[in-house]
Amino acid sequence: MSSHEQFAEDLALYAVDALEGQERSNLEQHLATCAACQRELEQLRGDGALLALSTLGPKPPVRARKRLLDAVASEASTVSPVRLREPEGHRRSWWGWLGWAATAALIVFAASLGKENYELKSDLRMASSILSQRTADLEQARSLANALTNPEGQHFTLVALKTPPQPQGKAIYVRNRSSLIFLANNMPSLPSRKTYELWLMPVNGAPVPAGLFKPDAHGSATVINPPLPPGLEARAFAITVENEAGATTPTMPLVMMGEGG
Amino acid sequence: MKSGDQSAVAELYDRYSSVVYAVALRILGDAGAAEDVLQEVFLQLWRNPSGFDAARGSLGAWLAVISRNRAIDFLRRRRPETDIEDVVLSVAPDLAGDADRSRAAEKIRGVLGAMPLVQRSALELAYFEGLSHSEIASKTGEPLGTIKTRIRAGLMTLRKALQT
Repeated sequence: MSSHEQFAEDLALYAVDALEGQERSNLEQHLATCAACQRELEQLRGDGALLALSTLGPKPPVRARKRLLDAVASEASTVSPVRLREPEGHRRSWWGWLGWAATAALIVFAASLGKENYELKSDLRMASSILSQRTADLEQARSLANALTNPEGQHFTLVALKTPPQPQGKAIYVRNRSSLIFLANNMPSLPSRKTYELWLMPVNGAPVPAGLFKPDAHGSATVINPPLPPGLEARAFAITVENEAGATTPTMPLVMMGEGG
Repeated sequence: MKSGDQSAVAELYDRYSSVVYAVALRILGDAGAAEDVLQEVFLQLWRNPSGFDAARGSLGAWLAVISRNRAIDFLRRRRPETDIEDVVLSVAPDLAGDADRSRAAEKIRGVLGAMPLVQRSALELAYFEGLSHSEIASKTGEPLGTIKTRIRAGLMTLRKALQT
């Protein structure tokens, strides 16, 4: 029996997310190197999609559309519109019968509005410039995050010659920003409904949860900027195996640990 | 759709919200939760339209799968196990048009109705209740191997239905 026949039924289960345990791990390892099975998996997922497409049901409530578009508009909005309020009573041409005094007052007022308009436009240009820079920074950050987490990314582990790759992790922690990037390689796969949990071991106090992760088919995983209490001084980082929802205190034993350098 | 094109979101919502909502509601059985899934699916698409590969076919089918996956994650109270970029599927023929989708859906419902009940049941327990093959075996009292065979056979039957 070819490996494809061996995996045929497992592929179908995997396509509908019903395969678990060692069989899932074995199949994922096979998929990592078998383009034919990857294509079949796509087909099977498409077959499963037909089940979804055939579902009958009521239309969503009308408010759902507005809720979505409001959320989209809110995310898209970056600079609040600047609006000059038109002075009261300014809509008619008064200078024809108010006289020169009123005309002079209007000219002064218009000049002050012009100045205010100029200053507001200048502020807007500055804000636009800052926004452009922030956007560029954000794109760079997204690019970095994408590179770290892209499933098409190639992973290379360099080890001393004649040494098999060992599980390893690297944590980069910036205390004053509570910023953490964690990269793991060659992590063993886990039983279903289990997860690895990263812990920040502070100089003082109990271990702090720093993110959950599961390795991909390559044994790689990342944790990027998990929520952390501000300003913690880290003595070390450690990893435990927990149930899928994670834990608030580490379940012994620690499976990996590293102190700062 | 380019990221940020708000009018495109509205158009896609009008075209595909029914199927996304129907799938979520079928799985979760709760209108509020289904609406949350609906919101999340379209927001994710708007934020990252490159997650869908148009060369591989139907956006409607892809959205239906994303909706199913998110609803199952919600059902199981788990963190999303896949990002939308990880979901790649091929659906043939192309189901871009409303009429095509409607015809295909009718055909699939007919095929499901004609499917052996045990086969249909195994497929639906996996797809709409998010049960693993061992959980299905335990629930139905059937051997693991039988469940595997039924699920694969069920998917093959659906595939052939659209090819005829």
